[in-house]
Amino acid sequence: MIRFALMLVLTAAVLGPVDSAFAQVDTFEFETEEQQQRFRRLSNELRCPMCQNTNLTGSTGGVAEDLRREIHRMIVDGMTDREIEQFMFERYGDFIFYRPRLRAETVLLWFGPLIFFVVGGVVISNIIRKSKAVPSETLSEEEQQQLDRLLDK
Amino acid sequence: MLRLKFFLPAIVFIVLAGFMWRGLYLDTTELPSVLINKPLPEFELENVYDNQLTGKQSLPEGPFLLNVWGSYCLPCLVEHPTFMRLSESDVIPIVGINYKDQQDAALDWLETNGDPFNFSIMDPLGRLGIDLGVYGAPETFLIDRNGIIRYRHVSVLDEQAWEEIFVPAIEELEREGS
Repeated sequence: MIRFALMLVLTAAVLGPVDSAFAQVDTFEFETEEQQQRFRRLSNELRCPMCQNTNLTGSTGGVAEDLRREIHRMIVDGMTDREIEQFMFERYGDFIFYRPRLRAETVLLWFGPLIFFVVGGVVISNIIRKSKAVPSETLSEEEQQQLDRLLDK
Repeated sequence: MLRLKFFLPAIVFIVLAGFMWRGLYLDTTELPSVLINKPLPEFELENVYDNQLTGKQSLPEGPFLLNVWGSYCLPCLVEHPTFMRLSESDVIPIVGINYKDQQDAALDWLETNGDPFNFSIMDPLGRLGIDLGVYGAPETFLIDRNGIIRYRHVSVLDEQAWEEIFVPAIEELEREGS
């Protein structure tokens, strides 16, 4: 068990840095460090619509390049993160977010696992309760006498 | 009551399995467009032939097709014969968006393969593409008489897609007079 955990940690340590090593390096310039950080956060959090399992930071796709440039432009123009996310949402929908917004359409996505967890918990606790309610396996005095009689025979 | 309880896990399993089975065959590369029933975004881009700045006012009265293409795009060649046929028989006007391409390459492509477009505008930086939620050529939009986006088709628009999707959609537009 400990070995397994150790393996996981080591794997994560090896794989972790690879992720950022593949990041696309753009030469966007920002006025402040804070803007730079917002750019990094947004392009990590937004999903590339073309290469579907990469974020904008990691994608070489043409559209990812364009979207990174747009994010840069909007940050320099002084738009808030919220406004930039809204800009993306209006064009690419929920898909663009790795963490979709909580809306009527996404409620099941957000809370579905919780529902399964609760239902599963109820079922398991019922099973456990029932198995405890099973009459004990020790024999009553009368039964013991009966058994003894049978064995004596 | 007991029976229901007995079968409940099986029912839950079948329902879930049904959804997941369907999920296996969903085309995840085709994203639902959020722009359906919204007006076409504003733009001002150069015509591929004469670099004339072109905006929304130059668009056909509609309904018309808006096709996103590029000379580098192989699937665009696959759907090209359909567009040529539509344009030769005057079925519906087609406007091209030359998406993230180079002008000389685009002109070569039109020269070699034929030009089915009423006109093509160049979107070298993909700026209009972003406003349209485009993520790669080819994509085709159906725009109605009021300049509203009514349908978006991702990837190749071949004869089959034309017959099965676009013909009914355009008939629908005609019925409602838009």
